[in-house]
Amino acid sequence: MTDKVDVRALAQLARLEVSDEELAKLEREIPDILKFVETIQAVSAQGYDEPKKVSGKSKALSPQLMNVMREDENPHEGGAYTDALMKAAPARVGNRIAVKQVIKRGTSH
Amino acid sequence: MDLKSLTIKEARKSLDAKEYSALELTDAYLKAIHERDGEIHAYLEVWEKTAREEAKEADEMIARGESQSLTGIPIAVKDNILIDGRIASAGSKMLENYTASYDATVITKLKSQGAVFLGRTNMDEFAMGSSTENSAFGPSKNPIDIKRVPGGSSGGSAAAVAGDLALAALGSDTGGSIRQPASLTGLVGLKPTYGAVSRYGLIAMGSSLDQIGPLTKTIDDARIIFDAICGNDKNDSTSLPNSPRSDLGNSKGRTLKIGVPRVFLASGVNSDVLANFEKTLSRLEKNGHKIKDVDLPSLPSALAVYYIVMPAESSTNLARFDGIRYGLSVPALNIQEVYAKTRGQGFGPEVRRRILLGTFVLSSGYADAYYRKALAVREIIRADFARVLGSVDAIVTPTTPGPAFKFGEKSDPLAMYLEDIFTVPVNLAGVPALSVPMGTVAREGKDLPVGFQIIGPHGNEEMLFQIGNDIERE
Repeated sequence: MTDKVDVRALAQLARLEVSDEELAKLEREIPDILKFVETIQAVSAQGYDEPKKVSGKSKALSPQLMNVMREDENPHEGGAYTDALMKAAPARVGNRIAVKQVIKRGTSH
Repeated sequence: MDLKSLTIKEARKSLDAKEYSALELTDAYLKAIHERDGEIHAYLEVWEKTAREEAKEADEMIARGESQSLTGIPIAVKDNILIDGRIASAGSKMLENYTASYDATVITKLKSQGAVFLGRTNMDEFAMGSSTENSAFGPSKNPIDIKRVPGGSSGGSAAAVAGDLALAALGSDTGGSIRQPASLTGLVGLKPTYGAVSRYGLIAMGSSLDQIGPLTKTIDDARIIFDAICGNDKNDSTSLPNSPRSDLGNSKGRTLKIGVPRVFLASGVNSDVLANFEKTLSRLEKNGHKIKDVDLPSLPSALAVYYIVMPAESSTNLARFDGIRYGLSVPALNIQEVYAKTRGQGFGPEVRRRILLGTFVLSSGYADAYYRKALAVREIIRADFARVLGSVDAIVTPTTPGPAFKFGEKSDPLAMYLEDIFTVPVNLAGVPALSVPMGTVAREGKDLPVGFQIIGPHGNEEMLFQIGNDIERE
C-alpha cells in the first residue's frame, strides 16, 4: 500500500531535524512497520466507522463516550501561576517568553 | 528489618507498633540504594535529604495516631510523574533539566498519606520501549540477572522494587509498561481501568491509553497503592466518576469463570512459559474456578492497531516540545530552526521514529486508511472484550511471551514491539489487568520470573486482586 515513504517530508512536517544517516535507516524501518500495521486493512470494520456506545446489556461496564464539561467558575487570581511557569521558559523578557523573530518587517509574499 | 521479604502491609504493622521508625526504614532503603544502585541503575535521582524529612514528618503523623496505609512507606516514582519543585525528565534529554511546577494528582494523594519519596526511576524515553534501553540516561539492569533487561518502560521502577531499593513504586502503562516489567522482575503490576486513576501530572504519551499504577511485591500491596491513588479528579476530564465498590458485586469465595483465548496463545509463546501458564490454570481450577476457552477474534489485530493509535497520539502530545516554553531549547537563526534542532537533538531515536510514524498515519491522504481505520478496529476489539467479559468473569494470558531478554537482543523495532502482544489489547479496550508472578523458567542457568496476566471488566480491579490472591497463596 505504501511503496515509498518520503521520510524527509514527514520530518519536515514533524519539525524534526534528522541526519542523512538516520534518514537512510528510517527509510528502511518505517515501511517495515507500516507493512506490519497494514494488516488491519484486512479486518472488516463495517458498522464500526466511529467509536460507538457499548450496549447497556453487556456485563462489562464499558464507559460510554461523552463530552465532559464543567462550569467555567472560580477562576484563580490573575498571575497566580505566572512566575512558576515562566521560570521554565528558556528565554524570558519580563512576563513574556522571548522567541526569535517570526515575521520580518517590510517583506511581502 | 529484612528488606528482601518486607511488604507494605508488614512495614505498616511494624511502623505502627514502633518496632522501627519511618526514618530508620527510609535510611535502610537509602543505604541499599547507596550500596547497589550503582550496578542496577534503577534511579535517575535519589532524594536523600527530602526523603529523610518526609520520613520524620511521617513519624510525627504516626506518633499523633494519624497513620494511614502509606504513612512512612518509602516509594519510588517513575520519572514521568510530576512532583512540584523536582526534575521530571521522562528519561529524555528534552526534559533533562525540567523542574515540575505542580504535583500530579497521584502525588498529592500520596503526600496527604505521608508517603516517603525515595527518588525518580529510570524509564524508556517518554515511556516508549520495553527494556529501558531507550532511556537517554543509560539502561537499568534486571536485579535477577544484570545481563538482562528489567523490562520497560517502567523498568527503573521494577528494578527498584525487585532489587529491594524501594518498598513499592509507581509506573505508567500505555501498552504494557507496568505489567511487562513486573513480569520480567517477578513483581505484581496493575494497569487500572482507563480513567480509574487521574492522569493529571503524568507526562502524556498516548492519552487514550495511559494509566498510572503500582509495582509491588504482593497483591495486597498493589491494592493498598491502588486504593490510595484512584478516584475521580476534576483536573482529568477522562477520569471516571467515583462509584462505590459494592456496585460490582463481591466475588470473594465465588466460583469464577475464567476465559483463556487459546487460539491467540497457540504461537509465539515460549513453551516453558506456556507450561507455567497451564500449571497456574490448574491451580485456579483446584481453587474452584472454572476454566473456559474463549474466542476474541480481533486480538491478532491489536498490536497493529496499537502501533497506529499510539504513535498518532504520541506525536500529537510531543508536538508541545518545541524549545519555546520549557525544556531543551537549541539556539538557532530562526524560529523554524529552533523547533527542528531542539526536537532533533532533544528526542532519542525511538521517539523520533514514533513521531514520524504518527505524523504519517495522521497525514492527509493516509489518515483514513491508517488512523481512522485503526479507531474502527479498536472498537471491534473493545466490543470483543465486552462480549467475552459478559460470558466469563476474567480473561487470562501470559503477560509476556518470554522471560527477561538480554541487552541488545531486540534491536529490531518490530521484535521489541512484539514483547507487548498480550498487554496492548488491554489498553485499547480500557479494561484493567494485573500481572502476578507464575514461577520461573530457566535460561543459561538462571531462573527467570514470568507473569500471569488477569484481565477483568471495567472498574473491577477488586476481582483481579481476588484471583491473584488465589495464585499467590500457592
